[in-house]
Amino acid sequence: MRVATLLTVAVVFLLGSPAWGADLAADPMVVRIGYLTRAEEPRIPQTFLEPVSEDEGVQGARLAIADNNTTGRFLGQRFELVEATVPEDGRVEDAVRDLAGQGIRLLVADLKEDALLAAAAAPEAGGMLIFNTRAPDDDLRNERCRANLLHLTPSRRMQADALAQYLASRKWMNWLLVVGRTPQDAAYADAIRAAAKRYRARIVEEKRWAFEDANRRVDTGHVTVQSEILTFTQGAEHDVLVVADEADGFGEYLLYQTWLPRPVVGTHGLVPTAWSRVHEQWGATQIHSRFERQAGRWMRPRDYTAWMAVRAVGEAATRTRSADPEALAAFVRGPDFALPAFKGQGLTFRDWDGQLRQPVLLAGPRVLVSVSPQPGYLHQFSELDTLGDDRPESRCRIR
Amino acid sequence: MPSFREAARIGALALLGFAVTPNAQADTIFVSNEKSNTVSVVDGGKLEVVATIKVGRRPRGITFNEDMTQIFVCVGDDNRIDVIDVATRKVVDRLPSGPDPELFVLDPQGHRLYVANEDDNMVSVVDIATKKIVGEIQVGVEPEGMGVSPDGKLLVNTSETTNMAHFIDTESHKIIDNVLVDARPRVAQFSGDGRFVWVSSEVGGTVSVIDAASRKVVHKITFAVQGVPRESIQPVGIQLTSDGQRAFVALGPANRVAEIDARTYEVKRYHLVGQRVWNLALSPDEKRLYTTNGVSNDMSVMDLERGRVVKSISVGGAPWGVIVKP
Repeated sequence: MRVATLLTVAVVFLLGSPAWGADLAADPMVVRIGYLTRAEEPRIPQTFLEPVSEDEGVQGARLAIADNNTTGRFLGQRFELVEATVPEDGRVEDAVRDLAGQGIRLLVADLKEDALLAAAAAPEAGGMLIFNTRAPDDDLRNERCRANLLHLTPSRRMQADALAQYLASRKWMNWLLVVGRTPQDAAYADAIRAAAKRYRARIVEEKRWAFEDANRRVDTGHVTVQSEILTFTQGAEHDVLVVADEADGFGEYLLYQTWLPRPVVGTHGLVPTAWSRVHEQWGATQIHSRFERQAGRWMRPRDYTAWMAVRAVGEAATRTRSADPEALAAFVRGPDFALPAFKGQGLTFRDWDGQLRQPVLLAGPRVLVSVSPQPGYLHQFSELDTLGDDRPESRCRIR
Repeated sequence: MPSFREAARIGALALLGFAVTPNAQADTIFVSNEKSNTVSVVDGGKLEVVATIKVGRRPRGITFNEDMTQIFVCVGDDNRIDVIDVATRKVVDRLPSGPDPELFVLDPQGHRLYVANEDDNMVSVVDIATKKIVGEIQVGVEPEGMGVSPDGKLLVNTSETTNMAHFIDTESHKIIDNVLVDARPRVAQFSGDGRFVWVSSEVGGTVSVIDAASRKVVHKITFAVQGVPRESIQPVGIQLTSDGQRAFVALGPANRVAEIDARTYEVKRYHLVGQRVWNLALSPDEKRLYTTNGVSNDMSVMDLERGRVVKSISVGGAPWGVIVKP
């Protein structure tokens, strides 16, 4: 992996074929969108079927720029992505200042929670609209919410509610919860507990995964896993095993290795997620094939949320016929905004916490199992608000 | 999901099959079934499936040739158009289509098919006689709906992610104008006099009526059904009567067809049909409307004189397109 020692800033011009004919204005309006990420060790999936990729997120943003430009050529608009990567030990505030200096006011942030908050708190970020395309943390939508942040990534609570609605519809109400060792796993488990409470499921027992995460390639192979998990999953009777392992350290090993023959759900097995390759409804087939042609791999949730963020700006530019970042940001936050994103309905932002309302996929390893909200979960304003923090529950006070 | 009461109504409608008017209907109805890779043939008199034709994978768009002796079917997953002989009810030929064809339209002279290539931001022009692609027109992201003016001079293509209706000159294959509509435009349908184009927006939940000469949206039709969430109202198929009086719009997962006064644009009624109604076809005498219901795997038959649904007929899996031959 290449570790940047300096802040690398690349301006990417993604234009289609130049032969647009008479419909192209001589001097197109230019909309520039920033994309900020931090250099890091790549995620190593436990499965050998998934590639190790170092371009998760940015590929989705690049595809959306290409899509925006296809539309923009009919309206005399051009879109550019200004990509910036902060070194592992670098300060995101410096990158925000640098991007602001280049005129960036609309910023896609592929950052984890702390880096995201640091970026949003930079003095230059005051005049920016920042799209969170990575951090699912519930406190970012509540106690730590910020007025200049919109969240494309579904919160952990939305994911947990989506899963819980499905389990409740099946009457699988007794859950064994297995929690990994990271703070993210603890946060995921908190969301699962909140969903259990909301949908009246019982967490019959909690277990903390205590084994060392091992290299996925070891010569002893499956033998240790087989004996470890059999004993580890003994305990109270349950309908499903809910696993909280966001880092993909062990969850994959739980399937078929448990003491009781029970399905695995959560971060592994049946997974609530913004996006998955198994999803082909509502025209998703087309974006998969565009993405795979461009990136040479499957589209991941971080690619999808980045695509949505850049498309949100594109949609605002199309509807307002403007390239002014202030006007675009106002439209995205306004009542007339709705983003079609292969989920069968227009997606809008919640005004109380900046979270994008969205159906959440329930993806099996090979096919799509369901999409939440489940039928019958009604709401006085939007059924999508049965997922995550609804207005009366929100603890966000500064929006 | 419909309520039990709705499901019961749909079931009850099926039982009412005996009440169908005996007078009409030597029609033959052809339905493309996206999931079962077949075309169902329905006898308009008996209102029964009388044959099932195997075609390529994922059949959606379906249309007749000029003299109605052949049927063209877009089989998207096989990247081609299958040609069915109407008399023998067999696939007898295939045409090139460009990648992933979904919908197409036959030019009024019957020589060419204009095909939306959903995967490639492109409209392909297929010459039927020579079986060759004779033109490619770059359009917006995810081209879908195709409409052609009665004189054949103007082609309209909608692009689902660009959210525009592209007006194309069929002589030069050049885009002459682009009209912004609401989110995810699906079907484009010219009025019989060629003056207006109706474009349905599935996610936007509206139908835009565009003046074909000025390319301005002259009216935007909105829908509201008691007890149905706004997001479930997803207009797709459009049919206009030849006298220009009435219009019908399929509302997708709202499980209804809207009946509209085509002069005032006022929605007069909502007719309950099957689940996820995609596309519509008027019978040639315009006394009936046939609908494809993608989730309930059936076709609803509406008697337009009595103003109600008279029968539901099980067809193949995920019925999508529908056409009628007198």
